[in-house]
Amino acid sequence: MSPRPGFVLEVDRSTPPTLFWSGEQLSLHRLPVGSRVLYAPEPLEGLADPEAAIAHALEHPTGDSEPLSALLFPGMKLTICFDDVSLPLPQMAAPDVRQLIIEAVLDAAAAKGVDDVVLVAALALHRRMTEPELRHALGDRVYDAFAPHGLLTQHDAEDEDALTYLGQTKHGEDVEINARAASSDLLVYVNINLVSMDGGHKSVATGLASYKSLRHHHNPKTMKASKSFMDQHHSELHSANWRMGRLIKESGIKIFQIETTLNNDTFPGRFAMLQKREWEWNLRDRATFAATSAALARTPSRYARQIFHSIKSPYRLTSVQAGEVEAVHEVTTANVWRQQGVVVEGQSDILTMGLPYICPYNVNSIMNPILVACLGLGYFFNMYRGKPLVREGGVVIMTHPTPWEFHPGHHPSYIDFFEQVLSVTTDPEVMHAQFEEAFATDPWYRHLYRTGHAYHGVHPFYMWYWCSHAMAHLGRVIIVGGDPKAVRRMGFTPATTLEDAFELAKDVVGPDPSITHVHNPPLLMADVQ
Amino acid sequence: MTTKGFKKLASLPFPLGAPTWPDSVERPSKLRKVGLDYDNAWSRRYPARLVRAMVLDNLGRPTVRVLAPSTVRGYHHVEQLEGPVIFVANHASHLDTGVILTHLPTHLRHKTIVAAASDFFFDRTWKAATWSLLLGAIPIERTKIDRRSAAQAEELLAEGWNLVIFPEGGRTPDGWMQDFKAGAAFLSCKTGAAVVPIWLGDTGKILKKGSDFNGRPPGGSGTEDAESGGLHRHRVSVSFGSPLRPEPDDNARRFAPRIEAAVELLGREVSTDFWQARRNPNPANTRGPEAAPWRRAWAKPEDGEHMASWPKR
Repeated sequence: MSPRPGFVLEVDRSTPPTLFWSGEQLSLHRLPVGSRVLYAPEPLEGLADPEAAIAHALEHPTGDSEPLSALLFPGMKLTICFDDVSLPLPQMAAPDVRQLIIEAVLDAAAAKGVDDVVLVAALALHRRMTEPELRHALGDRVYDAFAPHGLLTQHDAEDEDALTYLGQTKHGEDVEINARAASSDLLVYVNINLVSMDGGHKSVATGLASYKSLRHHHNPKTMKASKSFMDQHHSELHSANWRMGRLIKESGIKIFQIETTLNNDTFPGRFAMLQKREWEWNLRDRATFAATSAALARTPSRYARQIFHSIKSPYRLTSVQAGEVEAVHEVTTANVWRQQGVVVEGQSDILTMGLPYICPYNVNSIMNPILVACLGLGYFFNMYRGKPLVREGGVVIMTHPTPWEFHPGHHPSYIDFFEQVLSVTTDPEVMHAQFEEAFATDPWYRHLYRTGHAYHGVHPFYMWYWCSHAMAHLGRVIIVGGDPKAVRRMGFTPATTLEDAFELAKDVVGPDPSITHVHNPPLLMADVQ
Repeated sequence: MTTKGFKKLASLPFPLGAPTWPDSVERPSKLRKVGLDYDNAWSRRYPARLVRAMVLDNLGRPTVRVLAPSTVRGYHHVEQLEGPVIFVANHASHLDTGVILTHLPTHLRHKTIVAAASDFFFDRTWKAATWSLLLGAIPIERTKIDRRSAAQAEELLAEGWNLVIFPEGGRTPDGWMQDFKAGAAFLSCKTGAAVVPIWLGDTGKILKKGSDFNGRPPGGSGTEDAESGGLHRHRVSVSFGSPLRPEPDDNARRFAPRIEAAVELLGREVSTDFWQARRNPNPANTRGPEAAPWRRAWAKPEDGEHMASWPKR
């Protein structure tokens, strides 16, 4: 039976309570009659033979590109770059698709007698990956063959000697990327396209760039002009990356882009109810939910976090395409939409969303308040094409405990950002002008980024900018169940219960509001007509 | 748990109780995965195999011994045989499967599955689960060749399972052997598995086609034809033939008649003797006369050894 497409449910008196995530907690809430609930399409069938599909893609490229084997020759300099730990979410069960692809590329390179091969994790300003994370993404075979010889590297956006300045776009944007990648005869980029924002020219132009380059599109102006940044035709973020990508191409760097899409089979069998429609929960689903939610409510958050971060998604590869960047990305984007698209009629006054325990920047880490804001207002709010799910001046209600808690090793600059910047202003424009430079160039943050596993000093600013469009669009943001002090620090409104939140929202949108709830994850993209 | 207990549990609020169904969502017709779609891979895993072995050895064998005391011939053909093997037999009674399984040597018995009609044994979930567990049954389409059931049988043979198959496609309606279908020959040619012909004599006297375990013919009250229905103790014969293998240039069409002839020969041996069966290959001994149904039934030899019947008449 083919998977069912996405679904918009109109809540009636017979509708059972709806699942809400709240960090590491799960709860059921009865939504008012007339509310809409958006459900993602069911997982697409995975490719029956991923290895064969990868081999086919490498030898039958998309767009104006030669097959991989024709691009390889003895004595060449080959660099293989890959997406970092922020993809996919949660981490996929082994073998990771990056491992399968990189092994196939290395097999081809070995067959052609290529000696000079270096692997680069395309971190941009993210934290460096740990050895277990690298082993999971690449497999032991690749890790053991390259890491001991220093040939498995992680992009360092602060190492001036390891960056190459390529010039400026017509819009005056500086393009500076990883020197090894820039000086290679062939740059192979291995991507996982979890959402439509990923991939394309963004892979190299962002993943391998320096702060000098990134600041041209990671700023409030660009983010406000990206409506949404998940919709490449209306995303200024996308446009900036495309301008940079074309400059990279014009500078003579040969890129062989390999992009993949996964289905949205996010949770393994024992947690299958998390991606099922509630009225279809069977006895096992209900028993699992009752036991899991009761156990989680009694589990200290750090242990609950460990349990959730240990979940590996049974994602299946739904497509793999390789070749010229733009042609490849067009096919990839269509495949992402095929899995995630849900057609929705019109906007609503209130948008509710249950925020789960993970976002791209807290893998094996703590979801601090800034990341809570980024996940809700940056990612989930922007998962639309056409118009936002909530009208201008409307209200977003998110459920998350939003603890005043930070991972000191991963997010050191977030702590200071929360204390020093958000206590002064929550306006992205103001903080961009007054504080960004100091954080971005702080030597201690640079040191931690380069030698530890810390996100770059400027990263919390970017997370906040990610919310710019939503914050400009919305009349109020309410967080249910959050730490009131942390919620207020960010300029949002705390609420104890969902019912309280609806009452608070009515102050903004008026009585009898229309409500839409996004049943997310699994991820869905709303095509708002 | 009692029915009352289940009802009480179902009336609890969601999620402890069952969810209500939104009015705006159409209820799908309940899709039951039965028949050929029934997935019984679980029945070939160790826990199910253990249960099956325990039931077969401790309950099945004594029951068959009591109900159908047997005369076994040609046991040496299977005693040392290594799988995978396809056991091919004539079919007169629902007990045939039990008779075959309980007469196989242990090393084959516990690694044997049975091809069962998907429309009869797999038409309800409970039936499918019961026969999968107790007999290791796999669903096959008996009216036409179905790629899925053939592929599954082929796969299981390749994994080393032995297969019991009744190539007549169903129990004989009148006691005489029917023409064989080519399924067993096809599987043997595909996998190279040996085919062991088996003749089951007089099993139809215990529980024949057209009656249930209570002695009632279908649609009847149980009084019209008491002699024909119900379980009767009766001595049976189980004859194993020499294993057959397809020749290198054999195909299912050429090999199937050889299998059929081998089973028929075993049947003739039972009704005559080894020498007469070969000297006088009269198909009427196993196939009956080509005549009207009553004459075919009339021509059936009288019961040999009558034993107690159940239920008591």
